[in-house]
Amino acid sequence: MANFYTDNPDLKHHLTHPMMQKIVALKERDYSQAKEFDYAPLNYEDAIDNYDRVLQIVGELCGDIIAPNAEGVDHEGPTVKDGRVTYASGTQTNLEACRKAGLMGMAMPRRFGGLNFPITPYIMAADIVSRADTGFENLWGLQDCAETLYEFGDDDQRSRFIPRVCQGETMSMDLTEPDAGSDLQSVMLKATKKEDGTWVLNGVKRFITNGDSDIHLVLARSEEGTKDGRGLSMFIYDKRNGGVNVRRIENKMGIKGSPTCELVYKNAPAELVGETRRGLIKYVMALMNGARLGIAAQSVGVSEIAYREALAYAKDRKQFGKAIIEFPAVAEILSVMKAKLDASRSLLYECARYVDLYKVYEDIARERPLTAEERQEMKKYNKIADGLTPLAKGLGSEYCNQNAYDCIQIHGGSGFMKDYACERIYRDARITSIYEGTTQLQVVAAIRHVLSGTYATLIEAYAAEETKAELQGVKDVLANMAEKFIAAVAAVKEVNVQEYTDFMARRLVEMGGFTIMGYLLLSDANRNEGFVKSLNVYVKLIQAEIDKHADFIANFKPEQLEYYKY
Amino acid sequence: MSLNIIVLAKQVPDTRNVGKDAMKADGTINRAALPAIFNPEDLNALEQALRIKDANPGSTVTVLTMGLPRAAEVVREAIFRGADGGIVLTDRPFGGADTLATSYSLAQAVKKFGNYDIILGGRQAIDGDTAQVGPQIAEKLGIPQVTYAEEIIDIDGKSVTVKRRLEHGVETVKAPLPCVVTVNGSAADCRPRNAMRLMKYKYASSPSEKGNLSEEVKAIVDARPELNIQEWGAAFVEADPQQIGLPGSPTKVKSVENVVFTAKESLRLDNNDEQIENLIKELIANHTIG
Repeated sequence: MANFYTDNPDLKHHLTHPMMQKIVALKERDYSQAKEFDYAPLNYEDAIDNYDRVLQIVGELCGDIIAPNAEGVDHEGPTVKDGRVTYASGTQTNLEACRKAGLMGMAMPRRFGGLNFPITPYIMAADIVSRADTGFENLWGLQDCAETLYEFGDDDQRSRFIPRVCQGETMSMDLTEPDAGSDLQSVMLKATKKEDGTWVLNGVKRFITNGDSDIHLVLARSEEGTKDGRGLSMFIYDKRNGGVNVRRIENKMGIKGSPTCELVYKNAPAELVGETRRGLIKYVMALMNGARLGIAAQSVGVSEIAYREALAYAKDRKQFGKAIIEFPAVAEILSVMKAKLDASRSLLYECARYVDLYKVYEDIARERPLTAEERQEMKKYNKIADGLTPLAKGLGSEYCNQNAYDCIQIHGGSGFMKDYACERIYRDARITSIYEGTTQLQVVAAIRHVLSGTYATLIEAYAAEETKAELQGVKDVLANMAEKFIAAVAAVKEVNVQEYTDFMARRLVEMGGFTIMGYLLLSDANRNEGFVKSLNVYVKLIQAEIDKHADFIANFKPEQLEYYKY
Repeated sequence: MSLNIIVLAKQVPDTRNVGKDAMKADGTINRAALPAIFNPEDLNALEQALRIKDANPGSTVTVLTMGLPRAAEVVREAIFRGADGGIVLTDRPFGGADTLATSYSLAQAVKKFGNYDIILGGRQAIDGDTAQVGPQIAEKLGIPQVTYAEEIIDIDGKSVTVKRRLEHGVETVKAPLPCVVTVNGSAADCRPRNAMRLMKYKYASSPSEKGNLSEEVKAIVDARPELNIQEWGAAFVEADPQQIGLPGSPTKVKSVENVVFTAKESLRLDNNDEQIENLIKELIANHTIG
């Protein structure tokens, strides 16, 4: 009888962030839908009450069904026979429970049968589900793809496919191939337009999460003879039409309940989404941004369970006549785990809120022209969201891995055995810093915002916020870090050598990202005393990290790059 | 074929999480200290009812509960999970009822409800553990009863086939409709609350609750019949005042004791078949085993 939402008051803290007023009012078009839909909220309080209660359902399912199934799912895993995937029995139970609870298509508009949730509470559900079973979050979270279908499909496609997703059909995004992983420009799957104007797909996809889904979004080469991203288009493949078989499922280290498939397309009928040639450069980029936020949420969920398992064990395990949590070395590990968890969660929801804001303006623009002021706001929020997404994904997934590592460390020898959940958590965590773009690729995305000043502007705005007197000391420390970040960026820019900037990128991104998380925790602590401890632990931690990076950059001569080459 | 299904549900104190203050000094349950929940086996019954509805579109599931006005919470919870509506049987004279008076009161409500095909309820409630109310209602209505049900295997307009979970195995029986079926905890868990239904029905209120609503919400509830939970009193169900509440309850609680089992004596056996056999015989004779 556990509830993974109500047992974690930090979630409600983020759900009721002051920015939500604006987000919800825009999303609900000033609460005008209540006349048309009997489940639309009447006002802000009513909307937050809806999110809160629905998250209670999510928390209950996770605590009572999904988490207890996680171990069995990890052992059993999915199987493939005659080209079709069968989920582990626990996965089937989980999916059925989510369908019955109406938790599919949460962020989709009401006219397609969705709940019209903003991204923020939807991402909160992902955070909770991931804590219960990381691999299951993938299957459930692929409802994200409906967002891309909504944004770029035509009205006919929306009304044919989105209601099916809301009813519980699953989705997949078929992007990668044996020779096109991080480099999606090399995708070769062939899309051929027949004489009657319809399309068929032929070729192979690899590493496709939930590859036997009901509705696939497929990246394929529609322009014969092209070699780069401009020859790629996006298609919908509907499993009901047949033509795609699963050749094998990968034997993975973690998230074993989530089937990772190799797909063979043989004259598979498909329909074009949007325009040709825009598949990678526009649609997949949007899809990936959504997916990256999803992985950021998944990472926070894993950090949460890693921290909880470690804390419970440290309180329970006695050595030398006392619980090991009483030893400073153990207590420090736990405090740092909690600080990283809280910092990455604050960043996750800050990012989600900005994604909400720009997406809601984009959606309003589908109904009426935006005012000049609204357009300007949308651009600003879009930029912030684009800047925060690779930080939330990149740094959040690294923290999640560190927490999973520390969780095992707290368990000592027992943690190395298969007897405790921590070994599964450790294996499940590992993928978060790899898929949907490795941490290295998140750095590539984030460094643009380091150099263009997106982060510096954001930090400036945080620094201008009012702070309680007792937190002023921490705020001063943060201001000092911000200065070091700005100085390091200036120093790297001054050298002005691309290779050198690339080499220093991770350090600069971390300096900016850590400082932003520090300010976000300050803002949390300002609103809620429960965060004061994490704020102080986190700022101590990153103060040293930022000094380390600043020193490294200051002591490094560009010609020393030679030592790092092969 | 559409069926009218009644689900009997009870709001009970959550005796599964009992703290120090769960009992009052006089041995009665301290209801204030325990959260009120949907009786678990009634949820199993609700699931069976919803499955019948799923398989027979057009069927209706109505929850009937007796208790304080706040038992409307149970009706709402059932609606969130898929029930169509509900009735709270509540009135001061119903208070203090034992199983006899309760079953009489509920049977009167069922008669008032009229056209029904099947009544489902949990085997027993976790606050009293009597398992008497369901069977007594069947008796009072003069219809068949099937107890310990684990699964409704089939239902048509005339009869229901039920798998029963008994001590030493399972039994499949068929009963004519209408009848009462009481469902075991071993039956399928109830489906979760549905997010959309929750948002749609969260303001569903009984007449006693309406007073607490804001004017805006009250207007919505008034305008939408499906948001109105009915409240029925003793006079409305034409109950005989002598057969309900305290006057109708022959059961009197004399005292409640906290019993802790402790070992008083022990028996030493030698390692031989004869002594072991004698022990087994003794345990069978005093019904400890077998």
